[in-house]
Amino acid sequence: MQSHMVLLVLFAFFVSLVFAVIAKDSAREQARLGGLMFGGFMLVGIVVSWLMYPFPLH
Amino acid sequence: MRATAAEETQSGTLVLLCLASWAIPGAGHLWLGRRAKGLIFLVALPLMFVIGLAIRGRLFPFDLAEPLVALAAVADVGIGLPYLIASALGYGGGEVRAVTYEYGNAFLIVAGLLNLLVMIDAYDVAMGRK
Repeated sequence: MQSHMVLLVLFAFFVSLVFAVIAKDSAREQARLGGLMFGGFMLVGIVVSWLMYPFPLH
Repeated sequence: MRATAAEETQSGTLVLLCLASWAIPGAGHLWLGRRAKGLIFLVALPLMFVIGLAIRGRLFPFDLAEPLVALAAVADVGIGLPYLIASALGYGGGEVRAVTYEYGNAFLIVAGLLNLLVMIDAYDVAMGRK
């Protein structure tokens, strides 16, 4: 399991899940907040990775 | 003013609740009857911790000479029993050359910190704040 994308998805999923379950009580609200957080994690992760793209690796 | 016996019993129960919630992720919520939440924490947090170990993350030592390492160690311990079991079995050595090393550390540290948040949430529920 070395794919950065898979690890990003897993990390975003677990953190969004736990935060949503802590913060909200109804399943509907949990799904809404969790979905928003997950989307936010993914969006920010992908945007930041593209911003870093021009930088050299070494 | 001295605390009454009922108050002492309640504070003792709260300490036990927090200890259980720290040791076994979700145990506090299960204790308080919030089964769905407890089961989600019971599955998600240890799984996140195990993934962190599987991708070569490191369980940091308590090295006070390096404050950030010591803070990372505190975060790692936040997951409770899974940390103690992994340490006892010799897991969490970390492989700094692995591509996934930093990801593994992030999974381990965040799993511990999230479990501490879950413990505080269980405390709030027990106090009737939620």
